Amino acid sequence: MQTPPQFFKPGSNPLTRMFFFVLLSVFVMIADTRSDAISEVRRVIAIIIFPLQKLAYLPFSLQERVERYISDFELIEEIDHLRHEYLGSRYDFFRLQALTSENERLRALLGAAKQTEIQTVLAEILYVPRDPFSRKITVGKGSSSGVKAGQIVIDDLGVIGQVTQIYPWTAEITLITDKNHLVPVQIERNSLRTVISGTGRNGELELRFLSISTDIREGDLLITSGIGGVYPPGLPVGRVTHIEYDRSHKFARIICTPVAGVDRHRQVLILTGSPAPVPEIPDNPESHASQTKRKIQNQEL
Amino acid sequence: MHPRQNEKSRIRSYDYEVQEFSFPAKKSLIYISLITAILISLMPFDKVILVLRPDFVALTLLYWNIYQPQQAGMSIAFISGLFMDVIDVSIMGQHAIAYCLITFFALILHRRLRLFNAFQQIPAVLWILLSGQGVVFLTGILAGTYIPEWYIFLASITGALCWPLLAFLLGVFRKQRIDRDEV
Repeated sequence: MQTPPQFFKPGSNPLTRMFFFVLLSVFVMIADTRSDAISEVRRVIAIIIFPLQKLAYLPFSLQERVERYISDFELIEEIDHLRHEYLGSRYDFFRLQALTSENERLRALLGAAKQTEIQTVLAEILYVPRDPFSRKITVGKGSSSGVKAGQIVIDDLGVIGQVTQIYPWTAEITLITDKNHLVPVQIERNSLRTVISGTGRNGELELRFLSISTDIREGDLLITSGIGGVYPPGLPVGRVTHIEYDRSHKFARIICTPVAGVDRHRQVLILTGSPAPVPEIPDNPESHASQTKRKIQNQEL
Repeated sequence: MHPRQNEKSRIRSYDYEVQEFSFPAKKSLIYISLITAILISLMPFDKVILVLRPDFVALTLLYWNIYQPQQAGMSIAFISGLFMDVIDVSIMGQHAIAYCLITFFALILHRRLRLFNAFQQIPAVLWILLSGQGVVFLTGILAGTYIPEWYIFLASITGALCWPLLAFLLGVFRKQRIDRDEV
Protein backbone atom coordinates (compact mmCIF):
# COMPACT_ATOMS: atom_id res chain seq x y z
CA MET A 1 0.00 0.00 0.00
CA GLN A 2 1.55 3.25 -1.07
CA THR A 3 0.47 6.65 -0.06
CA PRO A 4 1.87 9.58 -1.95
CA PRO A 5 4.31 11.70 0.05
CA GLN A 6 2.62 14.64 1.67
CA PHE A 7 4.43 17.90 1.36
CA PHE A 8 2.01 19.82 3.46
CA LYS A 9 0.74 18.49 6.70
CA PRO A 10 -3.03 18.24 6.97
CA GLY A 11 -4.84 18.78 10.21
CA SER A 12 -4.86 21.49 12.80
CA ASN A 13 -1.73 23.28 13.88
CA PRO A 14 0.50 21.77 16.59
CA LEU A 15 -0.16 24.53 19.11
CA THR A 16 -3.92 24.01 19.23
CA ARG A 17 -3.45 20.28 19.33
CA MET A 18 -1.03 20.61 22.20
CA PHE A 19 -3.42 22.81 24.13
CA PHE A 20 -6.17 20.28 23.62
CA PHE A 21 -4.07 17.39 24.90
CA VAL A 22 -2.56 19.36 27.79
CA LEU A 23 -6.07 20.33 28.90
CA LEU A 24 -7.11 16.71 28.59
CA SER A 25 -4.12 15.58 30.69
CA VAL A 26 -4.80 18.19 33.33
CA PHE A 27 -8.40 17.03 33.47
CA VAL A 28 -7.27 13.41 33.83
CA MET A 29 -4.80 14.40 36.55
CA ILE A 30 -7.44 16.24 38.55
CA ALA A 31 -9.85 13.35 38.13
CA ASP A 32 -7.17 10.94 39.30
CA THR A 33 -6.17 12.86 42.41
CA ARG A 34 -9.67 13.95 43.46
CA SER A 35 -11.80 10.93 42.66
CA ASP A 36 -11.75 7.24 41.78
CA ALA A 37 -13.14 7.69 38.28
CA ILE A 38 -9.83 7.01 36.54
CA SER A 39 -8.87 3.91 38.52
CA GLU A 40 -10.93 1.77 36.13
CA VAL A 41 -8.84 3.04 33.18
CA ARG A 42 -5.73 2.37 35.23
CA ARG A 43 -6.88 -1.20 35.86
CA VAL A 44 -7.53 -1.83 32.16
CA ILE A 45 -4.08 -0.50 31.19
CA ALA A 46 -2.47 -2.59 33.93
CA ILE A 47 -4.10 -5.70 32.46
CA ILE A 48 -2.80 -4.81 28.99
CA ILE A 49 0.69 -4.21 30.35
CA PHE A 50 0.86 -7.41 32.40
CA PRO A 51 2.20 -9.68 29.59
CA LEU A 52 4.80 -7.02 28.73
CA GLN A 53 5.84 -6.93 32.37
CA LYS A 54 6.31 -10.71 32.36
CA LEU A 55 8.28 -10.49 29.12
CA ALA A 56 10.56 -7.78 30.51
CA TYR A 57 11.15 -9.90 33.58
CA LEU A 58 11.99 -13.01 31.50
CA PRO A 59 15.76 -12.44 31.11
CA PHE A 60 16.06 -11.88 34.84
CA SER A 61 14.15 -15.04 35.72
CA LEU A 62 16.29 -17.00 33.24
CA GLN A 63 19.41 -15.63 34.87
CA GLU A 64 18.05 -16.62 38.24
CA ARG A 65 17.39 -20.13 36.97
CA VAL A 66 20.96 -20.47 35.71
CA GLU A 67 22.30 -19.14 38.98
CA ARG A 68 20.13 -21.61 40.85
CA TYR A 69 21.60 -24.47 38.83
CA ILE A 70 25.13 -23.33 39.61
CA SER A 71 24.37 -22.82 43.25
CA ASP A 72 23.16 -26.42 43.65
CA PHE A 73 26.61 -27.41 44.85
CA GLU A 74 26.64 -24.72 47.44
CA LEU A 75 23.19 -25.85 48.46
CA ILE A 76 24.41 -29.30 49.51
CA GLU A 77 26.79 -27.64 51.93
CA GLU A 78 24.10 -25.28 53.09
CA ILE A 79 21.66 -28.12 53.70
CA ASP A 80 24.16 -29.76 56.02
CA HIS A 81 24.60 -26.52 57.87
CA LEU A 82 20.87 -25.95 58.08
CA ARG A 83 20.24 -29.46 59.36
CA HIS A 84 22.51 -28.73 62.27
CA GLU A 85 20.77 -25.49 62.90
CA TYR A 86 17.39 -27.17 62.65
CA LEU A 87 18.24 -29.67 65.34
CA GLY A 88 19.47 -26.85 67.49
CA SER A 89 16.34 -24.80 67.00
CA ARG A 90 14.09 -27.80 67.60
CA TYR A 91 14.48 -27.27 71.30
CA ASP A 92 13.49 -23.65 70.99
CA PHE A 93 10.49 -24.68 68.93
CA PHE A 94 9.18 -27.08 71.55
CA ARG A 95 9.58 -24.47 74.18
CA LEU A 96 7.79 -21.96 71.99
CA GLN A 97 4.94 -24.41 71.44
CA ALA A 98 4.55 -24.90 75.14
CA LEU A 99 4.65 -21.16 75.69
CA THR A 100 2.11 -20.51 72.91
CA SER A 101 -0.37 -22.95 74.36
CA GLU A 102 0.20 -21.54 77.79
CA ASN A 103 -0.25 -18.05 76.46
CA GLU A 104 -3.47 -19.05 74.70
CA ARG A 105 -4.85 -20.48 77.89
CA LEU A 106 -3.99 -17.34 79.81
CA ARG A 107 -5.51 -15.20 77.07
CA ALA A 108 -8.68 -17.25 77.13
CA LEU A 109 -8.82 -16.71 80.86
CA LEU A 110 -8.54 -12.99 80.32
CA GLY A 111 -11.26 -13.07 77.68
CA ALA A 112 -9.02 -11.42 75.15
CA ALA A 113 -9.52 -11.69 71.45
CA LYS A 114 -7.92 -14.75 69.94
CA GLN A 115 -5.01 -13.93 67.70
CA THR A 116 -5.84 -15.04 64.18
CA GLU A 117 -3.48 -17.30 62.27
CA ILE A 118 -1.78 -15.39 59.50
CA GLN A 119 -1.56 -16.76 55.98
CA THR A 120 1.04 -15.53 53.56
CA VAL A 121 1.57 -15.25 49.82
CA LEU A 122 5.04 -15.10 48.33
CA ALA A 123 5.27 -12.50 45.58
CA GLU A 124 8.02 -11.35 43.27
CA ILE A 125 8.85 -7.69 42.90
CA LEU A 126 8.00 -7.14 39.24
CA TYR A 127 8.73 -3.51 38.85
CA VAL A 128 10.33 -0.69 40.75
CA PRO A 129 9.23 2.58 39.14
CA ARG A 130 11.70 4.23 36.81
CA ASP A 131 11.67 7.20 39.12
CA PRO A 132 13.88 6.27 42.08
CA PHE A 133 12.04 8.66 44.39
CA SER A 134 8.65 7.07 43.98
CA ARG A 135 7.85 5.10 47.06
CA LYS A 136 5.77 2.44 45.38
CA ILE A 137 6.56 -0.95 43.89
CA THR A 138 4.60 -3.49 41.85
CA VAL A 139 4.56 -7.20 42.71
CA GLY A 140 3.39 -10.14 40.64
CA LYS A 141 0.48 -11.34 42.78
CA GLY A 142 -2.97 -9.80 42.69
CA SER A 143 -6.58 -10.36 43.58
CA SER A 144 -6.47 -13.79 41.88
CA SER A 145 -4.17 -15.00 44.69
CA GLY A 146 -6.30 -13.55 47.45
CA VAL A 147 -4.37 -10.34 47.90
CA LYS A 148 -6.50 -7.45 49.11
CA ALA A 149 -5.85 -3.77 49.52
CA GLY A 150 -4.64 -2.89 53.00
CA GLN A 151 -2.66 -6.05 53.58
CA ILE A 152 0.84 -5.93 54.99
CA VAL A 153 3.99 -6.80 53.07
CA ILE A 154 7.14 -8.01 54.81
CA ASP A 155 10.48 -9.55 53.90
CA ASP A 156 12.68 -11.73 56.05
CA LEU A 157 13.86 -8.77 58.12
CA GLY A 158 10.79 -6.65 58.71
CA VAL A 159 7.92 -4.61 57.37
CA ILE A 160 8.16 -3.28 53.80
CA GLY A 161 4.80 -1.64 53.32
CA GLN A 162 1.15 -2.05 52.58
CA VAL A 163 -0.84 -3.11 49.53
CA THR A 164 -2.63 -0.02 48.26
CA GLN A 165 -3.93 -0.86 44.80
CA ILE A 166 -4.76 -4.27 43.39
CA TYR A 167 -5.16 -5.58 39.88
CA PRO A 168 -6.07 -9.13 38.82
CA TRP A 169 -2.47 -10.32 38.62
CA THR A 170 -0.41 -7.55 40.10
CA ALA A 171 -0.56 -5.33 43.15
CA GLU A 172 0.88 -1.97 44.05
CA ILE A 173 2.66 -1.62 47.36
CA THR A 174 3.24 1.66 49.13
CA LEU A 175 6.47 1.47 51.08
CA ILE A 176 6.70 2.56 54.70
CA THR A 177 9.09 5.29 53.57
CA ASP A 178 6.22 7.02 51.72
CA LYS A 179 5.56 10.46 53.10
CA ASN A 180 1.92 9.77 53.92
CA HIS A 181 2.36 6.33 55.39
CA LEU A 182 2.03 5.78 59.13
CA VAL A 183 2.76 2.64 61.13
CA PRO A 184 1.85 2.21 64.80
CA VAL A 185 5.00 1.02 66.55
CA GLN A 186 6.47 0.54 69.98
CA ILE A 187 10.02 0.67 71.21
CA GLU A 188 11.13 -2.87 71.90
CA ARG A 189 13.18 -1.91 74.95
CA ASN A 190 10.49 -0.22 77.01
CA SER A 191 7.25 -0.81 75.05
CA LEU A 192 6.73 2.92 74.57
CA ARG A 193 4.05 3.25 71.90
CA THR A 194 4.14 5.81 69.14
CA VAL A 195 3.54 6.20 65.41
CA ILE A 196 6.30 6.18 62.81
CA SER A 197 5.99 7.91 59.46
CA GLY A 198 7.91 7.92 56.22
CA THR A 199 9.81 10.96 55.01
CA GLY A 200 9.59 10.36 51.25
CA ARG A 201 13.35 9.82 51.12
CA ASN A 202 14.98 6.49 50.59
CA GLY A 203 15.82 4.51 53.72
CA GLU A 204 14.57 7.11 56.18
CA LEU A 205 11.73 7.07 58.69
CA GLU A 206 10.81 9.67 61.25
CA LEU A 207 9.27 9.65 64.71
CA ARG A 208 7.35 12.87 64.89
CA PHE A 209 6.05 14.64 67.97
CA LEU A 210 8.02 12.81 70.64
CA SER A 211 8.90 15.20 73.42
CA ILE A 212 12.49 15.81 74.45
CA SER A 213 12.04 13.96 77.72
CA THR A 214 11.03 10.71 76.00
CA ASP A 215 13.15 7.70 76.87
CA ILE A 216 14.59 6.80 73.50
CA ARG A 217 18.17 6.04 72.52
CA GLU A 218 20.09 5.53 69.35
CA GLY A 219 19.99 1.88 68.30
CA ASP A 220 16.53 1.21 69.74
CA LEU A 221 14.53 -1.28 67.69
CA LEU A 222 10.98 -0.29 66.79
CA ILE A 223 8.44 -3.07 66.30
CA THR A 224 4.78 -2.89 65.30
CA SER A 225 2.53 -2.52 68.29
CA GLY A 226 -0.52 -4.16 66.73
CA ILE A 227 -2.68 -1.25 67.75
CA GLY A 228 -5.26 -0.38 65.13
CA GLY A 229 -5.55 -3.98 64.00
CA VAL A 230 -3.95 -3.49 60.60
CA TYR A 231 -0.39 -4.51 61.42
CA PRO A 232 0.10 -7.69 63.40
CA PRO A 233 2.19 -7.00 66.52
CA GLY A 234 5.88 -7.76 66.84
CA LEU A 235 7.17 -7.14 63.29
CA PRO A 236 10.42 -5.16 63.22
CA VAL A 237 10.04 -1.82 61.43
CA GLY A 238 13.10 0.32 61.97
CA ARG A 239 16.05 1.20 64.12
CA VAL A 240 16.72 4.63 65.61
CA THR A 241 19.85 6.03 64.03
CA HIS A 242 19.91 9.69 64.86
CA ILE A 243 18.39 11.83 67.59
CA GLU A 244 18.63 15.58 67.51
CA TYR A 245 17.59 17.74 70.46
CA ASP A 246 16.93 21.30 69.50
CA ARG A 247 16.10 23.59 72.41
CA SER A 248 13.99 25.86 70.25
CA HIS A 249 11.59 23.02 69.46
CA LYS A 250 9.28 21.17 71.76
CA PHE A 251 9.89 17.86 70.03
CA ALA A 252 13.01 15.88 69.36
CA ARG A 253 13.94 15.09 65.77
CA ILE A 254 14.32 11.33 65.58
CA ILE A 255 15.45 9.64 62.39
CA CYS A 256 15.22 5.89 61.91
CA THR A 257 16.27 3.52 59.15
CA PRO A 258 13.95 0.74 58.03
CA VAL A 259 15.07 -2.77 58.92
CA ALA A 260 13.72 -4.40 55.77
CA GLY A 261 15.60 -3.94 52.52
CA VAL A 262 13.36 -3.48 49.52
CA ASP A 263 16.21 -2.99 47.10
CA ARG A 264 18.00 -6.11 48.26
CA HIS A 265 15.32 -8.66 47.43
CA ARG A 266 13.27 -10.00 44.58
CA GLN A 267 10.71 -11.74 46.78
CA VAL A 268 8.38 -10.34 49.40
CA LEU A 269 5.75 -11.90 51.62
CA ILE A 270 2.18 -10.58 51.69
CA LEU A 271 0.22 -11.37 54.85
CA THR A 272 -3.14 -12.35 53.37
CA GLY A 273 -4.94 -13.52 56.49
CA SER A 274 -7.61 -11.02 57.38
CA PRO A 275 -6.20 -8.56 59.89
CA ALA A 276 -7.15 -9.31 63.46
CA PRO A 277 -10.48 -7.69 64.30
CA VAL A 278 -10.43 -4.92 66.82
CA PRO A 279 -11.53 -6.44 70.11
CA GLU A 280 -14.77 -5.05 71.40
CA ILE A 281 -14.65 -3.49 74.80
CA PRO A 282 -17.51 -4.79 76.94
CA ASP A 283 -19.79 -2.10 78.26
CA ASN A 284 -20.32 -3.29 81.80
CA PRO A 285 -17.88 -5.26 83.90
CA GLU A 286 -20.63 -7.77 84.81
CA SER A 287 -20.82 -9.31 81.38
CA HIS A 288 -17.05 -9.43 81.16
CA ALA A 289 -16.82 -11.31 84.39
CA SER A 290 -19.50 -13.80 83.37
CA GLN A 291 -17.77 -14.32 80.04
CA THR A 292 -14.53 -15.10 81.81
CA LYS A 293 -16.32 -17.45 84.16
CA ARG A 294 -17.87 -19.27 81.21
CA LYS A 295 -14.49 -19.62 79.57
CA ILE A 296 -13.01 -21.05 82.74
CA GLN A 297 -15.84 -23.54 82.89
CA ASN A 298 -15.19 -24.56 79.33
CA GLN A 299 -11.56 -25.10 80.17
CA GLU A 300 -12.47 -27.28 83.08
CA LEU A 301 -14.82 -29.36 80.95
CA MET B 1 -3.12 15.92 -14.70
CA HIS B 2 -2.13 18.06 -11.83
CA PRO B 3 1.26 19.70 -12.36
CA ARG B 4 2.49 18.74 -8.93
CA GLN B 5 1.95 15.03 -9.52
CA ASN B 6 4.11 15.29 -12.57
CA GLU B 7 6.82 16.89 -10.54
CA LYS B 8 6.63 14.18 -7.93
CA SER B 9 7.25 11.37 -10.37
CA ARG B 10 10.32 13.17 -11.59
CA ILE B 11 11.70 13.59 -8.09
CA ARG B 12 11.15 9.97 -7.23
CA SER B 13 13.65 8.77 -9.79
CA TYR B 14 16.56 10.36 -7.92
CA ASP B 15 17.94 8.33 -5.10
CA TYR B 16 18.78 11.32 -2.99
CA GLU B 17 15.38 12.82 -3.40
CA VAL B 18 13.85 9.58 -2.19
CA GLN B 19 15.74 10.09 1.06
CA GLU B 20 14.51 13.61 1.32
CA PHE B 21 10.82 13.00 0.66
CA SER B 22 10.80 9.45 1.90
CA PHE B 23 7.66 7.40 1.91
CA PRO B 24 6.24 7.05 5.34
CA ALA B 25 7.00 3.85 7.18
CA LYS B 26 4.02 1.78 8.14
CA LYS B 27 2.29 2.64 11.38
CA SER B 28 2.99 -0.85 12.69
CA LEU B 29 6.70 -0.01 12.81
CA ILE B 30 5.93 2.96 15.04
CA TYR B 31 3.83 0.80 17.35
CA ILE B 32 6.44 -1.97 17.48
CA SER B 33 9.21 0.50 18.35
CA LEU B 34 7.04 2.10 21.05
CA ILE B 35 6.20 -1.28 22.60
CA THR B 36 9.90 -2.17 22.59
CA ALA B 37 10.67 1.12 24.33
CA ILE B 38 8.01 0.37 26.95
CA LEU B 39 9.54 -3.09 27.41
CA ILE B 40 12.94 -1.57 28.07
CA SER B 41 11.51 0.80 30.64
CA LEU B 42 9.70 -2.11 32.32
CA MET B 43 12.91 -4.02 33.04
CA PRO B 44 13.74 -4.21 36.72
CA PHE B 45 17.15 -2.67 37.31
CA ASP B 46 19.35 -1.67 40.18
CA LYS B 47 19.84 1.81 41.52
CA VAL B 48 22.51 3.38 39.31
CA ILE B 49 21.04 2.08 36.08
CA LEU B 50 17.61 3.11 37.34
CA VAL B 51 18.79 6.70 37.70
CA LEU B 52 20.71 6.76 34.44
CA ARG B 53 18.19 4.86 32.32
CA PRO B 54 16.93 7.19 29.61
CA ASP B 55 13.26 7.44 28.85
CA PHE B 56 13.22 5.44 25.63
CA VAL B 57 9.52 6.04 25.07
CA ALA B 58 10.15 9.79 24.95
CA LEU B 59 13.12 9.30 22.61
CA THR B 60 11.12 7.05 20.27
CA LEU B 61 8.24 9.51 20.18
CA LEU B 62 10.70 12.29 19.47
CA TYR B 63 12.26 10.35 16.60
CA TRP B 64 8.98 9.55 14.88
CA ASN B 65 7.65 13.05 15.33
CA ILE B 66 10.78 14.52 13.77
CA TYR B 67 11.03 12.13 10.84
CA GLN B 68 7.40 11.18 10.31
CA PRO B 69 5.12 13.76 11.85
CA GLN B 70 2.13 12.63 9.79
CA GLN B 71 2.34 9.04 10.96
CA ALA B 72 3.06 9.68 14.63
CA GLY B 73 1.26 12.47 16.42
CA MET B 74 -0.04 13.73 19.64
CA SER B 75 -2.73 11.14 20.29
CA ILE B 76 -0.11 8.36 20.23
CA ALA B 77 2.04 10.46 22.58
CA PHE B 78 -0.93 10.97 24.91
CA ILE B 79 -1.83 7.28 25.02
CA SER B 80 1.74 6.11 25.59
CA GLY B 81 1.98 8.76 28.30
CA LEU B 82 -1.02 7.20 30.06
CA PHE B 83 0.68 3.79 29.79
CA MET B 84 3.87 5.16 31.33
CA ASP B 85 1.80 6.67 34.15
CA VAL B 86 0.41 3.26 35.02
CA ILE B 87 3.88 1.69 34.76
CA ASP B 88 5.51 4.39 36.85
CA VAL B 89 2.65 4.49 39.36
CA SER B 90 2.47 8.24 38.98
CA ILE B 91 -0.64 10.38 38.67
CA MET B 92 -2.57 9.64 35.48
CA GLY B 93 -1.69 12.35 32.98
CA GLN B 94 1.72 13.30 34.36
CA HIS B 95 3.70 11.60 31.60
CA ALA B 96 0.94 12.29 29.10
CA ILE B 97 1.50 16.05 29.51
CA ALA B 98 5.26 15.66 29.19
CA TYR B 99 4.99 13.53 26.05
CA CYS B 100 2.52 15.96 24.48
CA LEU B 101 4.98 18.77 25.13
CA ILE B 102 7.85 16.76 23.63
CA THR B 103 5.71 16.00 20.59
CA PHE B 104 4.81 19.65 20.26
CA PHE B 105 8.48 20.68 20.22
CA ALA B 106 9.28 17.94 17.74
CA LEU B 107 6.43 19.05 15.47
CA ILE B 108 7.41 22.70 15.38
CA LEU B 109 11.14 21.97 15.06
CA HIS B 110 11.13 18.92 12.80
CA ARG B 111 11.96 20.74 9.55
CA ARG B 112 14.90 22.50 11.17
CA LEU B 113 16.15 19.43 13.03
CA ARG B 114 16.15 17.29 9.91
CA LEU B 115 18.85 19.53 8.44
CA PHE B 116 21.35 18.25 11.02
CA ASN B 117 22.78 14.80 11.53
CA ALA B 118 22.10 12.83 14.68
CA PHE B 119 25.14 14.12 16.56
CA GLN B 120 24.31 17.74 15.84
CA GLN B 121 20.77 17.10 17.05
CA ILE B 122 21.98 16.14 20.56
CA PRO B 123 21.72 19.64 22.16
CA ALA B 124 18.19 20.17 20.86
CA VAL B 125 17.14 16.71 22.00
CA LEU B 126 18.63 17.42 25.42
CA TRP B 127 16.58 20.59 25.86
CA ILE B 128 13.39 18.90 24.69
CA LEU B 129 13.91 15.96 27.06
CA LEU B 130 14.74 18.30 29.95
CA SER B 131 11.58 20.30 29.37
CA GLY B 132 9.57 17.08 29.36
CA GLN B 133 11.13 15.92 32.61
CA GLY B 134 10.66 19.38 34.07
CA VAL B 135 6.92 19.09 33.49
CA VAL B 136 6.78 15.71 35.25
CA PHE B 137 8.86 17.18 38.08
CA LEU B 138 6.63 20.26 38.44
CA THR B 139 3.34 18.37 38.33
CA GLY B 140 4.72 15.90 40.86
CA ILE B 141 5.66 18.70 43.22
CA LEU B 142 2.34 20.51 42.73
CA ALA B 143 0.42 17.32 43.49
CA GLY B 144 2.72 16.74 46.48
CA THR B 145 3.17 13.06 45.70
CA TYR B 146 6.93 12.87 45.89
CA ILE B 147 10.09 14.82 46.60
CA PRO B 148 12.58 14.10 43.82
CA GLU B 149 16.21 15.15 43.87
CA TRP B 150 18.13 16.94 41.19
CA TYR B 151 19.86 13.90 39.79
CA ILE B 152 16.71 12.52 38.18
CA PHE B 153 17.57 14.93 35.38
CA LEU B 154 20.66 12.83 34.61
CA ALA B 155 18.25 10.56 32.73
CA SER B 156 17.72 13.34 30.19
CA ILE B 157 21.44 13.70 29.64
CA THR B 158 21.97 9.99 29.08
CA GLY B 159 18.87 10.04 26.88
CA ALA B 160 20.36 12.77 24.70
CA LEU B 161 23.64 10.81 24.50
CA CYS B 162 21.72 7.71 23.43
CA TRP B 163 19.98 9.67 20.68
CA PRO B 164 22.47 8.98 17.80
CA LEU B 165 22.33 5.25 18.49
CA LEU B 166 18.56 5.24 18.59
CA ALA B 167 18.28 7.42 15.51
CA PHE B 168 20.63 5.07 13.67
CA LEU B 169 18.70 1.92 14.70
CA LEU B 170 15.26 3.31 13.92
CA GLY B 171 16.64 4.82 10.72
CA VAL B 172 17.82 1.39 9.53
CA PHE B 173 14.34 -0.06 10.05
CA ARG B 174 12.64 2.91 8.47
CA LYS B 175 14.80 2.81 5.35
CA GLN B 176 14.38 -0.94 4.97
CA ARG B 177 10.67 -0.37 4.75
CA ILE B 178 11.14 2.23 2.10
CA ASP B 179 13.33 -0.02 -0.04
CA ARG B 180 10.82 -2.83 0.09
CA ASP B 181 8.07 -0.45 -0.86
CA GLU B 182 10.09 0.79 -3.80
CA VAL B 183 10.51 -2.73 -5.19
